[in-house]
Amino acid sequence: MSDTANEESRLTNKVDRRYGALSEALLRSGAGLEAFVLSALALVVAFAIFGVFVAVQGLDPLAVYSALWLGAFGTSFSIENTLTLAAPIILTAFCTLIPARVGMLVIGGEGALALGGVGAVLAGMVLTGLPWWLGVVACCLAGSMFGAAWIMAAGALKHWRGVNETISTLLMNYIAAAILLHLVTGPIRDFDVSIKAQSVPVPELYRLGDIPGWSVHWGLVVGVAVVCALHILLRHTVTGFSMSVLGGNRRAAQMAGLDIGRLTLLACGLGGAAAGLAGAIEVVAVHGAVSESLLVGFGYTGILVAFLARQNPLAVLLVALVIGGIAAAGGLLQRRFDMPDAATDLLLGIIFICVLASNAFAGRLFRRTA
Amino acid sequence: MMEGTLGSWGVLIAVLGGAVRVSTPYLFVALGETLTERAGRVNLGLEGTLVLGAMAGFAVSFLTGSPWLGVLAGGIAGTGLGALHALICNLPRVNDIAVGIALFVFGTGLAFYLGKDYIHPRAEMLPGIPLGTWSDSLAIQSALEISPLFFIGAALAVGLRWALFNTRWGLLLRMAGDNAEAGRALGLSVNRIRLFATAAGGFLSGIGGAFLSLYYPGSWNEGLSSGQGLMAVALVIFARWDPVRCFWASLVFGGATALGPALQTVGITSGYYLYNAAPYIITLALLVWVSNPREALQGAPRELSISR
Amino acid sequence: MKNSMITRRQAIVGGANVITAAAFIAGGGMQALAATSATVGFIYIGPSGDFGWNQAHAVAATTIAEADGVSLVQQERVPETEEVLRVMESMIQLDGVKVIFPTSFGYWPFIQQLAPKYPDVLFVHAGGLWKEGDAPNTIGYRGFMEEPHYLAGIAAGRLTKTGKIGFIGAKPLYFVFNNCNGFTLGARSVRGDTTCQVVITGDWDNPTREADTVNAMADQGIDVIVANVDSPKVAIETAERRGIMSVGYHTDQSSLAPNGFLTGAEWNWGKAQEFVQAWLTGGEYPNLLRGGFAADMVRLSPFGAAVPEAVRAEIEAAKAGFLDGSLTLYEGPLMDNKGNQILAAGEKAENEDAAFKLSVNWLVEGVSGETGL
Repeated sequence: MSDTANEESRLTNKVDRRYGALSEALLRSGAGLEAFVLSALALVVAFAIFGVFVAVQGLDPLAVYSALWLGAFGTSFSIENTLTLAAPIILTAFCTLIPARVGMLVIGGEGALALGGVGAVLAGMVLTGLPWWLGVVACCLAGSMFGAAWIMAAGALKHWRGVNETISTLLMNYIAAAILLHLVTGPIRDFDVSIKAQSVPVPELYRLGDIPGWSVHWGLVVGVAVVCALHILLRHTVTGFSMSVLGGNRRAAQMAGLDIGRLTLLACGLGGAAAGLAGAIEVVAVHGAVSESLLVGFGYTGILVAFLARQNPLAVLLVALVIGGIAAAGGLLQRRFDMPDAATDLLLGIIFICVLASNAFAGRLFRRTA
Repeated sequence: MMEGTLGSWGVLIAVLGGAVRVSTPYLFVALGETLTERAGRVNLGLEGTLVLGAMAGFAVSFLTGSPWLGVLAGGIAGTGLGALHALICNLPRVNDIAVGIALFVFGTGLAFYLGKDYIHPRAEMLPGIPLGTWSDSLAIQSALEISPLFFIGAALAVGLRWALFNTRWGLLLRMAGDNAEAGRALGLSVNRIRLFATAAGGFLSGIGGAFLSLYYPGSWNEGLSSGQGLMAVALVIFARWDPVRCFWASLVFGGATALGPALQTVGITSGYYLYNAAPYIITLALLVWVSNPREALQGAPRELSISR
Repeated sequence: MKNSMITRRQAIVGGANVITAAAFIAGGGMQALAATSATVGFIYIGPSGDFGWNQAHAVAATTIAEADGVSLVQQERVPETEEVLRVMESMIQLDGVKVIFPTSFGYWPFIQQLAPKYPDVLFVHAGGLWKEGDAPNTIGYRGFMEEPHYLAGIAAGRLTKTGKIGFIGAKPLYFVFNNCNGFTLGARSVRGDTTCQVVITGDWDNPTREADTVNAMADQGIDVIVANVDSPKVAIETAERRGIMSVGYHTDQSSLAPNGFLTGAEWNWGKAQEFVQAWLTGGEYPNLLRGGFAADMVRLSPFGAAVPEAVRAEIEAAKAGFLDGSLTLYEGPLMDNKGNQILAAGEKAENEDAAFKLSVNWLVEGVSGETGL
């Protein structure tokens, strides 16, 4: 082969290897037992490190662990709390997870969620007079569409302009928050509420209630349903398979004739729709209106959930419970041990680091895997 | 409507003064990130490093009474976090962007956790250099009271640019970032180079954080940073990985950030949040403009995962 | 005469409180009167060491916890969202709390949402918003801070060299406007041409914006500022660095500004002990408690070195006026800063007129700036 051809193929191989390395780590490590064991080990190590940290502060680690358990799963109230906190992050996790299938690292869940909430309120303002179930669906759909459009924009910028999606979605998070705050303090503000800047509320009829007998809203069920649907889509359809191919080896995907632009947009659209839906549900089921209370970091926590779940849709449910539980127990740590409220953030940070470090062992743990 | 001594000139001066003041932390973090990215790694955890540096700086200044020791402590704290980033990323199959996010969460959590006791007290602040005493106007005097860190940062920018392209260390650093294979073929430990680069980057970011708590706004609390660390990553791309351009870019960003409050003091209050989003919009627009789907970003270190 | 809502109840409470307080003090170890062992919960929006709003409540919490048989749980950094609902329920369910103090202003709607579900728990809120129809196991209490702001305004008016003073407010709410009005009226009562620039930051806590605002005000020639934000620490330190004078809020901030501190407006939240005692022993309590100096709900910070003797005496005389009722803050003729007449000559709004104070959504003549509503 000539020099330039050599050069070219060497470069292409390098590009493939780099794409491959990222998605290899993300995808293959999603395979079965090994993934679960690695994540579980990472959790154990993280809790151990946290225990050491806590002991150095003069507290009893075992007491702290049992307080964490009490606050997360110890009483029925705790469980309801955990489920309420888990519901939104189940959905926002997909804003990172689905684009990861096609080899993109998107961290725009926070922005998509914010605009999803705005979309829900706008739908409620415009589409009055519908029967309650149609109204709820309309609001949720509007929120999903806003979120989908937002992340699809990032995907389009990546595909057609080569703009790195991590940086662009990160910037877009801030822009979306600014849009939300601007709307909420001005154009769609409800001036009857003087205590804080809040939007016009969604009509009472369109509000999503609690699951009967529990204090948890129906949004949790929606989240679970979405997980199942996406699992089927990603693992058992041709589209899902095409996405994996694209994520695994871009060149192979091109040669197989896959429409990369369409797949990119689809992945981004689905991810953004999930996060937008989370925002819409927060509005329709919890707050009733949009305000800065929507910007509490569900999007960013979703990133953590996606990584801890090793980009496996079903695992997202389990992981969201763990993360939700830790968040739910945070208050108890403060009250019982006088720990600063940042204790749970610290724990989550340690967990995140351990999970990422454990990737180094992917493929090495069990001799059987190739 | 504030009919001050200067009126709308006051806005301009506030923006300029703000540009200088607000740009300093951006500058230090951007310089640190430039070093890191030139060596082939992206560190998104700089926000955590910034906050941790701010806390460490304030705490040490409070405990020792010396703000400069505080600045040093901030730098050391940042070095620790930077080294952690590099060590984890040196493991195989670990994605540096994800690690950055993890360290953002960890660094911020650690800073808030350890910093709880330091919200209450006062610490010794860094002195400013009053360069505006020639003027009678309070506004000009205040705008021209500049922290020595600004000048140190400017000097660093020039110095780093020179070092990157004229010294052996600079060459090794750039090789790790442009062509790791070749570097390894020459017997270099690319991982070690990246460790030093990321740690140095953390050091500078920590100093940037110490500026926030020891000069402006000059206090430690949990609302101190609003994403400056993350913005710096965008800033580095904006500046095409050139330290001197980082200096100018951080002035632009500082001015854009100072625009919102300055306008509010002359009564322009609507659209306040959109003004605050100006730096992010500018960066995104610029990214879109300079990016090209077929080639890597011009000037980008070729090993960098985000530039393809 | 228009005054606080529950006059009859207040009378009953006043009596019961006096008896309970006296018995409590005299009783000491008398178990019959001491409350059954109970847990009290405090919820803060920010850190309790903030030298400001939260710290003032934390001090009260410690005072309350000193009572026999009372133990304390505290949680910080709870935002004004649904999360406070979860925190309150968690305290009730997991810690067995019997009296809750959700201290931030914006918690009120959530308190009203939860209170009916737990009728055996008392919710005490420092916003003074209780009205007929609200849950009976909730209390709104708040001092009339406009009174100490008036006194601080006298100091500002006497000591300003430029005639320009500044007021930084967090949110466009009734008590912020009242405090700004008090500050301005006090200053203009001794120097008629004083103008007060008001800036509303929009956040309870935004140190960068507060510092920027103080700097911008100083640039414009303002030489006395007061910051009605959750933690005035940054504002006062910035003012000190710029060499201008400052007035404190919430707690005693004199140590932060040795040169420029004049005086400050402080709360006396410790009065809430009475509510706790009443609840735990089954006594009567008011659902709404509002008052100024006369009711010992507010205090004035110690004077800073910058305040000369003559001014101190003047302020003490005015304070005596509040105590014996001879000084009324809002009396006619009173114009707002848009030229509307609020009170005609001869009219006045009594210092205890909580309904009037709640309805204030205007700024007095002499204030330049917008309410932001």
